[in-house]
Amino acid sequence: MSILEIKNLSYKYGVGTPFEIAALENINFSVEKGEMVAIIGHTGSGKSTLIQHFNALLKASEGQVLLDGKDINESRESAHKARFRVGLCFQYPEYQLFESTVYKDIAFGPTNMGLDKTEIDRRVRKAAEFVGLKESMFEKSPFDLSGGEKRRVAIAGVMAMEPEVLIMDEPAAGLDPRGRKVILDLIKNYREKTGSTVIIVSHSMEDVASVADRILVMNKGKIAFNDTVDEVFSHEQELREMGLNIPQITKIFSELKRYGFNLNAATYTVDDAAEEILRYLHKGGN
Amino acid sequence: MIKDITIGQYFPGESFIHKLDARAKLIVVFLSLVEIFLCKNFLSLAVVVIFAIASVAISKISFKVVLKGMKMIYFIIVLTSVLQIFYNDEGTVLLDWWKLKITTGGIFTAIFMAVRIICLILVSSLLTYTTSPTTLTDGISRLLSPLNKIKIPVDTLAMMMTIALRFIPTLIEEIDKIMNAQKARGADIDSGNLIQRAKALVPIFIPLFVNSFRRAYELAFAMECRCYNGNKKRTRMKQMKFSWRDAVSFVVIAVMLAGIILLNYFFGAVI
Repeated sequence: MSILEIKNLSYKYGVGTPFEIAALENINFSVEKGEMVAIIGHTGSGKSTLIQHFNALLKASEGQVLLDGKDINESRESAHKARFRVGLCFQYPEYQLFESTVYKDIAFGPTNMGLDKTEIDRRVRKAAEFVGLKESMFEKSPFDLSGGEKRRVAIAGVMAMEPEVLIMDEPAAGLDPRGRKVILDLIKNYREKTGSTVIIVSHSMEDVASVADRILVMNKGKIAFNDTVDEVFSHEQELREMGLNIPQITKIFSELKRYGFNLNAATYTVDDAAEEILRYLHKGGN
Repeated sequence: MIKDITIGQYFPGESFIHKLDARAKLIVVFLSLVEIFLCKNFLSLAVVVIFAIASVAISKISFKVVLKGMKMIYFIIVLTSVLQIFYNDEGTVLLDWWKLKITTGGIFTAIFMAVRIICLILVSSLLTYTTSPTTLTDGISRLLSPLNKIKIPVDTLAMMMTIALRFIPTLIEEIDKIMNAQKARGADIDSGNLIQRAKALVPIFIPLFVNSFRRAYELAFAMECRCYNGNKKRTRMKQMKFSWRDAVSFVVIAVMLAGIILLNYFFGAVI
């Protein structure tokens, strides 16, 4: 059964001012339980606006958001509750830390849920473990940490609510390649361990190609593609017109294939590419 | 919610008022504010009301936007004018109940007060609606430049103002972002009693301050890297020039001033 379903959703910014623009137009799609979906789009394509509808931060001008079959905008209460079930971690979440210690900051979400102390403690420790924060850091001020550590604290703050759907907006933005890999790996690990549904928003195909089950491509407030990774990447030309690119390694492989090398063009990471080349060489070039 | 505040925002446009020189606009706005308080009877008040409405119409900024921007101050307008009713006991008594006395004088002062405040806000908000912050501070610093002679660092002050104005939208955007992020973690900002609401602001203001300090450092470094020095005589990329439009607006405001004084003189004062 779909855990999250979006029906005919439209949203306009700045209604009644000279700056009125339609940010989203007639969006329809659904997310299955346990699925990992990537939402991809160029800057301004509406992807960040879209995800803020999933936990009722924005209310659609038209259409519905159904969580487990129920409209989350039914009442104030249902909207508030949806925020705990759909955990949204914004872009650059490290700028939203505010507590005096790391522990308290991670505990902010669970405390708002009204859980008891032992349960909060359990969740904080578990979330910290997921993002690789040591217990010795709990009593530090979040403002004394490095950029990468701050981000992990902020992500843990959302994970500690143990949401059924975890949404990450550009979790790897502004990090170096190793930092990106660390963050993406911990999201992957989180999903494997908890079986939660994960939605990851990005403008980089490289980041999501290896982790997502399905890709939703946004373009100018509309859904352009909603398909498997392989299928979406086969539309290279259209993606390019939307200002998007398929991963460089995939591009190289499809070029090689065109020149008659019998390689699998659906190769998205450098590691897979190395393996694929080895396989090819072992077989002796057929 | 917070994005509804439009006072101080700039709406780019090509109207007569947009094209006025910033210095001329400042002088005209200042004079019209003086005129608003010079009005002593309904005829002269009508003149400034017509002036204010006509200015908005000429600027081509929709009345809807202007009125929406004033939403926050309706309360102040109502409060001050209601208080005025009881602070004036001239004229005929309309109602005398317990210690409260309502007189025609009180009613007139209340109406005048409300109309004056509305006109005041209309005219002054039109200034920021039609002038970009940088042009505005540029105009102010030019008008105040004689103060340089008595060692007041006008240019530095103007730069401070430019930076402050420049970061208002950034801060609003940032508050919005932080608020959403904390709401996403279940923070309840819009409900509860006063103390609960004040407490709910902590998770918003701490990151806001931290980020503002960080941004201030970055901006200061960036300015120093480009050898910014407040004391040097700085030149402008866009030179300001007076045009026929400015002359027209000066004439209008002067005629209005004369008219108001005459109307006050010939038709007597109501308040």
